[in-house]
Amino acid sequence: MSTRGAAGYIEPMSLASSRRAQGREFLAGCRDELPILLGVAPFGMIYGLLALDAGLPAFAAQAMSSVLFAGSAQLVATRLIREGAPAVVLVVTVLVVNLRHALYSASVAPRIKHLGMGWKALLSYLLTDEAYAVVASRYARDGDRADVSPHRHWYFLGAGLTLWAAWQCSTAAGVFLGAAVPRRWGLDFTLALTFIALVFPALEDLATTAAAIAAGILAVLAVGLPYKLGLVLAAVVGIGVGLVVEARRT
Amino acid sequence: MSWLPVLAVAGLVTFATRASFIALLGRVDLPPVLGRALRFVPPAVLSAIIFPEVLLHDGAPDLHLRNVRLLAGVIAAVVAWRTRNVVLTIAVGMAALWTAQAVLGA
Repeated sequence: MSTRGAAGYIEPMSLASSRRAQGREFLAGCRDELPILLGVAPFGMIYGLLALDAGLPAFAAQAMSSVLFAGSAQLVATRLIREGAPAVVLVVTVLVVNLRHALYSASVAPRIKHLGMGWKALLSYLLTDEAYAVVASRYARDGDRADVSPHRHWYFLGAGLTLWAAWQCSTAAGVFLGAAVPRRWGLDFTLALTFIALVFPALEDLATTAAAIAAGILAVLAVGLPYKLGLVLAAVVGIGVGLVVEARRT
Repeated sequence: MSWLPVLAVAGLVTFATRASFIALLGRVDLPPVLGRALRFVPPAVLSAIIFPEVLLHDGAPDLHLRNVRLLAGVIAAVVAWRTRNVVLTIAVGMAALWTAQAVLGA
């Protein structure tokens, strides 16, 4: 087996030592992802609860966690499903909520451009907020060093798969709990509470705050719109307001 | 209606977003306006969910304190703002909701 080194020449490397290096990278990725799981597990459980509360069968609730594998988009989707929104509105809303992943994609693309299609597809699937955070900090640590490990994608795989497993398990726990909790407890309110907790760190400056207030007010005013379009319309207008406020201040 | 086909399409859209620049590397750059817009996605989407959930009661805006979700939401917002702790925010918010429901008989 040979590996193309950072300098571009072909260096011989024994299969065994190469495998060991891959294993080390994989485990390092798993280890660095672990602290983030503490914050992820409650979201997975709340998603599982809300999915059942929205009327999804347990199987579909669990399937969404592996098909979408995107926390906030899944939480938003449970609300649209609960309200009986049309399929197109659900898909467009998920697209808007997940647009930020294009930014992550652009950021990691140069680092994994040497890999084959299979690896690129697998790592794309695993490119969540939480995996990106860990992998991007590894890339930042490595900097532009010429002697970075040729097996660095195994680190990405370890971090991504660790998060994936935690997300599936916490979803299952939420689905299991959700089946036992009566509706009158009002656990659907945990969606609003979760998002209240997440919105404050996102209010970085005047422009982001203006985006939040505009989107919130419009969502209330647009609640009667057909096809449950209010949410995605409010989000898009809020983003526009943020851009305008930012442009006026610079 | 079965949601599974819809979720499959939503999953494909999500995968396409994540694979976009990895697949197109070297041929397309991130449009500058998209890059600037992305940081407004979380505040806009989160608020667009939060406001109707706490302000609407039976489909109409209700700013009165008898709206227990508004009361609990405001208390949770103070906790979120001061502590930035997600689990504590949810715990205090649910406790406030149940207490308000018990007291106000809502």
